[in-house]
Amino acid sequence: MAETVVFVVCALGAVASGVAVFVVDSMARATFALLASFLFAAVPLLLLGLSYLGVLVVLMMVMEMMVMVVFMIMYMMNPAGLMPMSMVHNKAGALTVAAVTFAVLAAGVLLVPWPAREGSPPGDPTLQLAEAIMGPHMLVMMLVGMVLFATMVASVVLSTPRGRYDRYGDDLRRPRPDDPIRGGVGR
Amino acid sequence: MVEGDASPLSLLTLLVLVGVLAYAAAAGSALLHARAAGTAPVAALAVPARESARLLVQRRRTVPGADALLWRLGGALLPVAAALAALVVPLGSTAVSDLSVGVVWFNAMEVLAWCAVWLLGWGANSVWGLVGGYRFLIQGLSYELPHMFALITAALGAGSLRVGDIVAAQEGVWFAVLMPAAFAVYLVSALAMAFWGPFDAPVGRDLAGGASAEPTGVDRLVLLAGRYMLLAVVAAMAVPLFLGGGAGPILPAWAWSLFKTALVLGLLVWIGHRVPTVRMDRFTEVGWMVLLPLSLLQALVVSVLVLAR
Amino acid sequence: MTLEAFLLLAAALFSVGLFGALSQQSVVMVMMGLELMINGVIVAAGALWFFVSPERPDGQVLVLVAITAMAVEMAVGFAVTTAIFRARDIDMVDAADDLGDRGRAQEEGRERDREQDRERDR
Repeated sequence: MAETVVFVVCALGAVASGVAVFVVDSMARATFALLASFLFAAVPLLLLGLSYLGVLVVLMMVMEMMVMVVFMIMYMMNPAGLMPMSMVHNKAGALTVAAVTFAVLAAGVLLVPWPAREGSPPGDPTLQLAEAIMGPHMLVMMLVGMVLFATMVASVVLSTPRGRYDRYGDDLRRPRPDDPIRGGVGR
Repeated sequence: MVEGDASPLSLLTLLVLVGVLAYAAAAGSALLHARAAGTAPVAALAVPARESARLLVQRRRTVPGADALLWRLGGALLPVAAALAALVVPLGSTAVSDLSVGVVWFNAMEVLAWCAVWLLGWGANSVWGLVGGYRFLIQGLSYELPHMFALITAALGAGSLRVGDIVAAQEGVWFAVLMPAAFAVYLVSALAMAFWGPFDAPVGRDLAGGASAEPTGVDRLVLLAGRYMLLAVVAAMAVPLFLGGGAGPILPAWAWSLFKTALVLGLLVWIGHRVPTVRMDRFTEVGWMVLLPLSLLQALVVSVLVLAR
Repeated sequence: MTLEAFLLLAAALFSVGLFGALSQQSVVMVMMGLELMINGVIVAAGALWFFVSPERPDGQVLVLVAITAMAVEMAVGFAVTTAIFRARDIDMVDAADDLGDRGRAQEEGRERDREQDRERDR
């Protein structure tokens, strides 16, 4: 019973704060509304006994939103929402598409005969996950690692305007790089 | 053998203990200040109490254009984050909640401090606060990865994310001996997390107080208390992770836990007074070029040890 | 708590995110919509693991993949935003639809504007 109450509160909270993301004017508030939505959505995971994944979602989303808020404020013209302004296109169409999508998904959820449950949850789901990604599902882990590495390289390459010629000169002969900020390891 | 406490640790006891440790940290800091300034050191012990009383009666400052909701949220979040992180810290061998993913929980809760400091800086509608908030974000991005690897290394040595298991795995040899680099990285990141000592740039004097420039009265009291609570909690977490928890002769386990926590906390407070503030542009490179490879190597060494055992 | 309740929550999060991703003009707000959609996927995968096949780890692995997708989406998304902002001073998706039908016409129009600017400068 208590679990049901917690679930309902968190589900409503997650959807409401998700809606708030696109309603509030202030970008800081939008980011923290999104964070609230993620935190509310992590609670159902915890209710399912997925303690590791639930806490991981909390940990990652807090860090991710703190990075996001920097970019939100950097790239929006009206970060604090002091002058209410609308930056949307085709709002009616988007609303219709979203409503239809929800209707179709909800109909599917309610109409599809879901298969009966096979087996029972393991004592420690974290161990189950760990053994899966280090055993039969290792390909997933390897791919995730590769993708994350590619992401790091790609995002640095895309976002830095300076290459090695800027740092080490046209013939790459400069003994120490010419960086705007010198850094802390004595270069 | 670690003795189990008869009664489980209650939430209230834990909060009182964190409060006492936080007060001790503040008093210790005031004591070091008084000694450096040449005034009576004994009188410094009451400085935090007097400061709290002064802040309680001080009038709250209001700032035009402040985002009051986010500002108050940021202030309140800091002590709440410290208290939530403290839930998994065992006293002796009992914690309020010895979660199966205790290490991840601790990490997730202390990251809330990022939110708290940034919100404090943003909400106040003050340039000093905003710069302070951004400084804490870059500081967080510099210390967090080495910090995570230090936590993971301790979990790796025990083969479990449960804090109780990590304590149990240190019956033979403390992890501070087995993985000294991880311990050192943990202490550095503990200072950075509580923006204390060399890492106080987010609330630095060059920014007129940074993220703490605008809060006054009760808000400031909550902010300062939250910061000392965070410092106390990260110091307390070093004990089960690296210093064998409540292991020790004669005295009961809870006393050893408290004693070791007080030692680590004292060390952190002392470092805070001895080392000058580190500039963020310098520390970022140190974090990524020195601390991160160091903690990765440490994790590698420990995993080889675990395999060989 | 039933599977249907969890899946309805997931569907609601997904739809809200879809609305945001379709309607917002700012690149960062579009990414917030995408994140909300992936959040729905996470909830659905966790629920399907618990209510359908808890003995197999597939649902949990899917949650892990969705979390990774979220991180990758954000990192690359902001990198692309930064690159395009540096190169062309654009932070709205409408201005960056070079691959769309209107993109070409816009590019020509922009070229004409630049010509005129140069004329004026001379």
